[in-house]
Amino acid sequence: MGRMTELPTKGGFSFDLCTRNDMLLKNGLQMPPFRKTGTTIVGLVFQDGVVLGADTRATEGPIVADKNFEKIHFMAPNIYCCGAGTAADTEAVTDMVSSQLQLHRYATGRESRVVTALTLLKSHLFSYQGHVSAALVLGGFDVTGPHLHTVYPHGSTDTLPFATMGSGSLAAMSVFESKYREGLTREEGIELVAEAICAGIFNDLGSGSNVDVCVITEGKTEYLRNYQLPNPRTYISSKGYTFVKGQTEVLSTKITSIQPKVEAVEGGDAMEE
Amino acid sequence: MENKLSGFGLDPTGVERRTFLEEGESSLKQSLYSLSLSLSASLYLACFLLLSLKLGFILLLLSIYKMDLDLSAPHSTGTTIIGVTYNGGVVLGADSRTSTGMYVANRASDKITELTDNVYVCRSGSAADTQVISDYVRYFLHQHTIQLGQPATVKVAANLVRLLSYQNKNMLQAGVIVGGWDKYEGGQIYSVPLGGTILRQPFSIGGSGSSYLYGFFDQAWKEDMTHEEAEQLVVKAASLAMARDGASGGVVRTVTINAEGVTRKFYGGDTLPLWHDELEPTNSLLDLLSSSVPEPMST
Repeated sequence: MGRMTELPTKGGFSFDLCTRNDMLLKNGLQMPPFRKTGTTIVGLVFQDGVVLGADTRATEGPIVADKNFEKIHFMAPNIYCCGAGTAADTEAVTDMVSSQLQLHRYATGRESRVVTALTLLKSHLFSYQGHVSAALVLGGFDVTGPHLHTVYPHGSTDTLPFATMGSGSLAAMSVFESKYREGLTREEGIELVAEAICAGIFNDLGSGSNVDVCVITEGKTEYLRNYQLPNPRTYISSKGYTFVKGQTEVLSTKITSIQPKVEAVEGGDAMEE
Repeated sequence: MENKLSGFGLDPTGVERRTFLEEGESSLKQSLYSLSLSLSASLYLACFLLLSLKLGFILLLLSIYKMDLDLSAPHSTGTTIIGVTYNGGVVLGADSRTSTGMYVANRASDKITELTDNVYVCRSGSAADTQVISDYVRYFLHQHTIQLGQPATVKVAANLVRLLSYQNKNMLQAGVIVGGWDKYEGGQIYSVPLGGTILRQPFSIGGSGSSYLYGFFDQAWKEDMTHEEAEQLVVKAASLAMARDGASGGVVRTVTINAEGVTRKFYGGDTLPLWHDELEPTNSLLDLLSSSVPEPMST
């Protein structure tokens, strides 16, 4: 039976390999670990705008792959997004939507709105049915005021006055639930965010290292990278590390001499316009 | 410009329900789908082709591969949703808990979403699926209202929800109650549960907490209630379900839709009645022992 309408060529994500992967897992294959952001990410709305916060540990299974990873991603000059989940997914999806927002700004001639970023993110994530493992806290200040949203990997969103995501979200949420109130000042907001992130850093194994904070208000954004460093390296050897010759066993030696000279040819082809 | 007609998306036309043919299965099913939906297909296709270049709404027209899909999407609205008609309109009610497994992801969510000025929908099931369905239907209804030149009827809204739900039943986990008021039929409630049936009822309940309400409604429901009676019934029922269902909780939100318009109400924890063995809410047992405790958050 022929189709009623002409269809364009099919592209997009092919889910065939997902069934294959499931089958392999059932047969006992060990998946290689990929870099995840164990993570504590938070956001809250205060009287003049929003404050976003994140820890800085990126893990690859049980190993810390990056001790100072940036989890607060740029979306627009007035919109930032914290990302938890697979690091590659959060980076890729925030970069993609950031580019789309920029093109949209050129097309409309206006400042980007947070709901635009939200819709772009949620429709992308929904279309990949949760396989793009990105859990995001999106915050910004646009003409309609301050906004804070959470976006889940399956594409659902929530709009909240304070939000936490990631493996350390329970620890951070406990801080918010006991101390958040409406109408916080900027200093109080930053302090509360830092406290919530620290709760995640110290009580969750997947989060650690430093605290990043980003404050977005009308017309002004401040990205306070490494706002707090509560995990300094305590022992640094005063003598430094020296490696004396003879400490490493030499198994074999091969010496290749560099070519002695290079021929330079005068007057080759003349350059033509 | 890139044609974004690829990628997973909902298929409202039903034309693209391609399943791999197995032995013995005829292509009659395929032809029936194509036939029955060719009319709606052209309208929707036009909308989608327009949409595809706009704000990143990922469109359909992708074949649905036949695979065992795990329908247990983790982020779901555990939920209790209720819709009742009264003499003059409808009252929709819902709890506010969105859970991810055992963790409450949002304790103050709004499950009653606007489709048009006069039609609202209570959402239960997967949060992502119901949000996307509501977005699509809101868009369709907006276009439909412009083309029709007058407010859409509740029946049309409910049927649009039903079409999306039925044609994508393999991939969606969404049970909704559509309620609203129009000048032809007055207040109407349409139930669209999992699978995509549409059923007009004088009242409807849904979600995991609804199991505890069937007997209650059998006894407490009566025709032609006043607005106050209907609202009290909805609030009482929601709080009963929230007391017994772990996946429902938080606050009760209600939306009343009638000829005058729409009214939203909010019933916080302390305004809801306490049932058998429910304790008075206290902030902390430490409060009883010491007096100097920082002010806890109040809604």
